[in-house]
Amino acid sequence: MDLSYGPQYDTYRQELRDFIEEHRDQAPRNAPLKSDAAKSWQKLLIENGYTARTIPKEYGGHGGEPDLLKGRIIGEEFARAQVPSGLGGQGISMLVPTLLELGTEEQKRQFIPPTLAGEMVWCQGYSEPNAGSDLASLRTSAVLDGDEWVINGSKIWTSTAHLADWIFCLVRTEPDAPKHQGISFLLFRMDTPGIEIRPLVDMTLAPNFNEVFFTDVRVPKDQIVGKRGEGWYVANAILGHERDSLGDPNATLSRMTRLIELMKEETIGNERIIDNPVYRDRLMKIQARVMSLRFNDLRVLSSRLNNTDARLARMISKLQGTELRHELEGLAIDAMGETGLMYGASEFLRDGGSWQNQYMYFLGLIIGGGTSQIQKNIISERGLDMPKEPKFEQSSTKVN
Amino acid sequence: MDFGLSELQLSMQENVDRFLAEEASLDRVREFAATDHSLADDIWGGLVNLGVVGVLVPEEYGGLGLSAMDAAVIAECLGNHVTPVPYLSTCVVAPRVISLAGSDAQKNEYLSKIADGSKTIGLALSEACAARGNSGATCRDGKLTGNASYVSDPHADYWLLADRDANLHVIANDASNLEVKVMPQVDRTRPICELTLSNTPCDSLPNSSPEILQHVLDVAWTSLAFDTLGAAQSMLDQAVEYAKNREQFNRVIASFQAVKHMCAEMAAEIEPSRALLWYAGYALDDAPDEAHLHACHAKAHMTEVGTFVARTATVVHGGMGFTDLLGLHYWFKRIGLNRQYLGGPEWLREQAAIAQNLAA
Repeated sequence: MDLSYGPQYDTYRQELRDFIEEHRDQAPRNAPLKSDAAKSWQKLLIENGYTARTIPKEYGGHGGEPDLLKGRIIGEEFARAQVPSGLGGQGISMLVPTLLELGTEEQKRQFIPPTLAGEMVWCQGYSEPNAGSDLASLRTSAVLDGDEWVINGSKIWTSTAHLADWIFCLVRTEPDAPKHQGISFLLFRMDTPGIEIRPLVDMTLAPNFNEVFFTDVRVPKDQIVGKRGEGWYVANAILGHERDSLGDPNATLSRMTRLIELMKEETIGNERIIDNPVYRDRLMKIQARVMSLRFNDLRVLSSRLNNTDARLARMISKLQGTELRHELEGLAIDAMGETGLMYGASEFLRDGGSWQNQYMYFLGLIIGGGTSQIQKNIISERGLDMPKEPKFEQSSTKVN
Repeated sequence: MDFGLSELQLSMQENVDRFLAEEASLDRVREFAATDHSLADDIWGGLVNLGVVGVLVPEEYGGLGLSAMDAAVIAECLGNHVTPVPYLSTCVVAPRVISLAGSDAQKNEYLSKIADGSKTIGLALSEACAARGNSGATCRDGKLTGNASYVSDPHADYWLLADRDANLHVIANDASNLEVKVMPQVDRTRPICELTLSNTPCDSLPNSSPEILQHVLDVAWTSLAFDTLGAAQSMLDQAVEYAKNREQFNRVIASFQAVKHMCAEMAAEIEPSRALLWYAGYALDDAPDEAHLHACHAKAHMTEVGTFVARTATVVHGGMGFTDLLGLHYWFKRIGLNRQYLGGPEWLREQAAIAQNLAA
């Protein structure tokens, strides 16, 4: 076992720390999308190779060689300094990698540079009211009429649709093909006539989501990634990227550190919460799980560097990472008792109300991006080689 | 950067696994369980030939001189096969204690006999951690008086005992004024006994200290966690295999989500625990400042996961899981002993809190 990254990486880390200290004042705080502050910070980070590091220069990236450890150090150091790292969002984290892999040269040149620069914001049109866990049964249709697709249907859970310039969207183009082979992956502007956006308020009371309705939305024929009917495979390349990014152990670790402090501050009767053995035992149970997932993540990283198999370790990280965060945030609420209920504009809020907010938000993540139950199907079928549930033919009579 | 088992560790595991699969099957384990628990010479001899008995004995005394992590990965194999040998006591704790706390003469006396497999050394350490009742022994003028409960290996040649002052002593099984009484218990792969001592002569280790005692407990806890990891993995493997073959309602039960999800949950608990244990094992020799905290968490957490896996894997087997016929209970009970022995999870979590100044 060798847990050091090596001297060249120690130097790299030190340079990054110096960079962050030097430019800390320029880092935007809660800057809105497309604001000058957000865009100039992004530009500075790309120039120095601290975001979009491996994306080729001709597409607006830094053009660095792939290096897992550098990527890791960047994540660690920005988290440690509590300074915002590069822009995220579904355009950068999901669409850009997909275009790099499957887009045409023209698409890469058209879409990647403005997306990376923070000038073009994207939303993702996948889920539908009747296509959630069974995403491939989606019904939003696109019919070719001359040189245009005509789109009708609706999408749901569409984060940032109200702020997005463009959407990458799964639509059914081959209604007679088997469900996985009838889907195409289209890109189109959100201001195209026929698109209606309705905000969908979630349980945190934030309008994080939207419903999006399409009525005869006309989109140029060539705004497709991959071929007709290959959209499912294009989308799956992206879902892989999403799963990897959920349940970040660095973020969980810093919440854990804060939770310990909170339990020293809060009291019940005249006793600090941390001095109560029942609460303390819950804390220690969670700490062991936080450590386990952190080392699990280290194992996955190591397996990528050294080409060893860590299939199961990778598969369990979304399931366990989101469940653990939900539980950790819940312990903080219990530690505060009634104070833990405070929300919104309350003057009694602790940590800006983040505990209740994250407690609920992570319940959303347990469901979103493949529910915990879907994760268990994946773990048992792909990790443990257990057979799939037999499929039933669709029947016109429902059996109750 | 490499966070994983080394080539050497993987090849040791492979060799031990192959030997145990061939020579220490469940039938052989049952045979051991039905006897008076004296050493299983055939299995022990095989492990001596493989060199693993001397894994922690320094090379100058005929051992392999490897690290505590190397020793722990072997414990994983033994847990996997519910192997009835005094490995934790004789091969892990005893050589570490004697190397650290023994005189040169004592090292000469004991270490080479451990490495060549000719002597076994049991553990009387339960009074030194999470002690129950008021048992315990005190040493006066080189003689021990009192008692020690939950002592491993009733047929050991020696026992290593921690007295009430955290001093460590070796007691020979033919010492005068020594009474040994087997304590029947659920895990028949690792028998335990009670020692009654009244002015019993012993060989005291002159460099004993509370720090050395704590270190060897950390080593023992980590090793027990690895044993549970191996046992839990075996139970999951057996459950998946059984579910793929057992048919009900005209389908293999492995195709039912209810069954698949139980198996997925077991895997989802085992995998991250494995990574925690790797770090705990690594820390024992390579990150000593972190070793104690990680050892506490490794045993406490692995124990909880092991208990969950033990009951869930049994349930996947349905009625057969409950029978002696299938023998799944040998793993269930192995995990059960590892849970209680040398400190249960609640107590260990409190030690973890103390280690971080979160409890007094």
